[in-house]
Amino acid sequence: MNELDMKEKAQILDDKGMRRAMVRIAHEIIERNKGVENVALIGVRRRGVPLAQRLAKYISEIEGTTVPVGILDITLYRDDLTTLANQPQVHQTEVSFSVTDKKLVLVDDVLYTGRTVRAALDAIMDLGRPEVVQLAVLIDRGHREIPIRADYVGKNVPTSRKEVISVKLTEIDKEERVIILEGTE
Amino acid sequence: MPYLIKNGIVVDPIDETLTELDVLVDNGSIVEMAKDLTAPEAEIIDAKGCYVCPGLLDMHVHLREPGYEYKEDIESGTRAAAMGGFTAVACMPNTNPVADNAAVINHILERAARVGVTRVHPIGALTKGSQGKELTEMADLQAAGAVALSDDGQPVMDAGMMQRVMQYAGMLGLTVVSHSEDLSLTAGGLMNEGAVSTMLGLKGIPNAAEEVMVARDILLAENTGCPLHLAHISTAGSVRLIRQAKSRGVKVTAEATPHHFTLTEEAVQGYNTNAKVNPPLRRQEDVEAVKEGLKDGTIDVIATDHAPHAYHEKDVEFQYAANGLIGLETAVGLVFSQLVQPGILSVPQAIAKLASNPRQILHLSGGKLAKGGVADITIIDPNLSEVVDPAKLQSKSKNTPFIRWKLTGLPVLTMVAGKPVMQKRRLLR
Amino acid sequence: MFWQRKDLLGLKYLSVEEINLILDTAIPMKEIIGRKIKKTPTLRGRSMVTLFYENSTRTRSSFDLAAKFLSADTIGVAAASSSVAKGESLRDTGLTLNAMGVDVVVIRHPASGAAEYLAKYIPAAVINAGDGTHEHPTQGLLDMFTIREKKGSITGLKVCIVGDILHSRVARSNIWGLTKLGAEVRVVGPATLMPLDIEQMGAKVYTELTPALEGVDVVNVLRIQMERQQQGLFPSLREYSRLFGLNQARLELTKPDALVLHPGPMNRGIEIDPQVAYGSRSVINEQVTNGVAVRMALLYLLTGGEYDAISH
Repeated sequence: MNELDMKEKAQILDDKGMRRAMVRIAHEIIERNKGVENVALIGVRRRGVPLAQRLAKYISEIEGTTVPVGILDITLYRDDLTTLANQPQVHQTEVSFSVTDKKLVLVDDVLYTGRTVRAALDAIMDLGRPEVVQLAVLIDRGHREIPIRADYVGKNVPTSRKEVISVKLTEIDKEERVIILEGTE
Repeated sequence: MPYLIKNGIVVDPIDETLTELDVLVDNGSIVEMAKDLTAPEAEIIDAKGCYVCPGLLDMHVHLREPGYEYKEDIESGTRAAAMGGFTAVACMPNTNPVADNAAVINHILERAARVGVTRVHPIGALTKGSQGKELTEMADLQAAGAVALSDDGQPVMDAGMMQRVMQYAGMLGLTVVSHSEDLSLTAGGLMNEGAVSTMLGLKGIPNAAEEVMVARDILLAENTGCPLHLAHISTAGSVRLIRQAKSRGVKVTAEATPHHFTLTEEAVQGYNTNAKVNPPLRRQEDVEAVKEGLKDGTIDVIATDHAPHAYHEKDVEFQYAANGLIGLETAVGLVFSQLVQPGILSVPQAIAKLASNPRQILHLSGGKLAKGGVADITIIDPNLSEVVDPAKLQSKSKNTPFIRWKLTGLPVLTMVAGKPVMQKRRLLR
Repeated sequence: MFWQRKDLLGLKYLSVEEINLILDTAIPMKEIIGRKIKKTPTLRGRSMVTLFYENSTRTRSSFDLAAKFLSADTIGVAAASSSVAKGESLRDTGLTLNAMGVDVVVIRHPASGAAEYLAKYIPAAVINAGDGTHEHPTQGLLDMFTIREKKGSITGLKVCIVGDILHSRVARSNIWGLTKLGAEVRVVGPATLMPLDIEQMGAKVYTELTPALEGVDVVNVLRIQMERQQQGLFPSLREYSRLFGLNQARLELTKPDALVLHPGPMNRGIEIDPQVAYGSRSVINEQVTNGVAVRMALLYLLTGGEYDAISH
């Protein structure tokens, strides 16, 4: 079902809530890695990209150090290409630094089945051999199909499979909030 | 069995008249032609609204027998002719062996007598094996029954040879049917040279490939006095050359095929091998010139160049496909749809090009319905329509670009020597 | 937009959107070629056969690598070693490969229209890798990709194609593609090697090199086949080179930042001077890299799941 055919059920986060969650994740990343030396962020297209950039900004505000941000397009690593009606458009992966021996933090908006993260991990491994890969997500909505767990979570939201989590980001959607959508009968 | 053709419009292509007359046929001949005939013992053929014509003759047909019976044979080819309203065909000598000697001519005539549905008039070769090197025994061919001579498909490239061919054939009064093509200009060409060949990346055949030879053969005919018939004229330039030649009295006649007055090079789009033919389908301006030539009498004959090829010879990459298409069963429909209905030719003019003119060129009698004459008759219903369906074609081969075309104006009776062989779009033999 | 076609037979048939989709998809593909580990799992379990009735190490290797970088399985069928030599028809060869479960057939064939003919009969995707003198769409696309990458856009550019236009499938694909994307295309070569009515494809025709090169943004130099001289289509390589060879002095007629392309393999010193071929304007080697990227993009687009097949 298309998101346009769904109606809003509830708002999970507003702009302030989103900011608080992301700032907290920034702190956790610094704490977990004992600083940000050798840390790099990788945003998963599309909404992982602005989130990674924001995290980098918060980290820089806290630590006074800039961490590199890369952009990962996982289209070529999807496991459903042979069953999709049309080939999804491929976009560029832009990782200008070497990932080898880096502490990478993979950033995405929603963690659901885990398949996107699986694809992202494969994509990263094709770029090199990082020392460690961590996962940061704004929302974890459960229903994992693959044994994958996030290291940093903005908010855990219990959902049913019929629902959709929609993350709206100013950079892409001209608004800033997270909502749950449900189908109209 | 006597037949009485009632209420039809009798076409006289020589006097160019249309007259409502009944025609009584018995014992292979026309017994009477008059209004309101009665004959109680005769089977009545109702021809109301139809044209009753002298039997049509297609003077350019490839029956493929002997040698290529998998494409067509005399039986299937004459069945196709009968379906198409032709009471007679003249068949080209490019068989295997080539009809370059009396034995092959005799063989064809014997086979035709046994299995032919229509009359068959063989055309003999100009040169032995159609190799363009040595003259055939033309007198022998003539005596055996060859009605004309041609190396169709294999143009005589050597002008000196062609001059001798014409001198010799002219001595015997035999018409030389020229396939006018300069092979050095064709040079492996696959279709008409122009925008379409350029876009499809297919080597083009220029109009000059035909026109250079038309000009040469006209000059040789003028020098030798030999009657020359130019087969399958396809270009505006050729029509112009023939028109000029006729105006100064050269003994030259010419023919056009239904595909050349109907289709352009556009028919090849999509690499349609059924539109691959030699000479190739040309441009619109050439099609218009051919029609103009038919209208003003420059082109005397409509013949089909019926060229059957097996499925596997056309179902290949374009450049490997055989040249040619079948035409016997679509000719009358195309003549009526493309020429008669748009007013380019009157019905008598069209029938002249399909019946009387070819017989004059081949020195055959007939071509006009007359009391006491042979009852070779074709009846055409100008309002009857049919969609061309390959499953219904009588020819062994189905290589026609007109599949699924709706044609209006179709033969409804083909009568050979007083016996119907096709009636109401059904073969009787 | 999504890719809807079963096959890639020629640029004549493609819309501007389709061409742009291919070129856009080739950008991320090129990034993969630049990696240390040139491999993505995208086409795992898919298979591609190169069915070549003409020799071409370059095009064949390019397709082969493109498929391998995307993890497709590939096999090569060379006409000489196959049942083609035994006289099997193209249709039957295609059906046989299809029955073996091949997803993509890349065909190169000396007969114009061969790819279209094959595509009509088999459900597998068919990519035309050059058919007679008709089209060579992947070469056209890689040329366009190269030009677009260097110039930013193709719209408004002047492109001059030099050489044997008559026998060139590269020229035809370039003319279709470039004019669709809004470039002015000029063709120049000897009158005996210029196809009739090529203006109707949208190209401007020249038989003199100087005016043809004036002010152009791109020069695409075609290979001259030695056999054309034996066919009497031009008198000698010497005269050909004198009239149509691209050298440094002639390159000065073009815009100062004009690109020099050549589909390869080059006849150095005949249609192109080595100084030009290896000079700063030459993008000949990048064309080769881009060829792999464009072919990866096509393999990706053509091996989608279920599609509403458009015959071409």
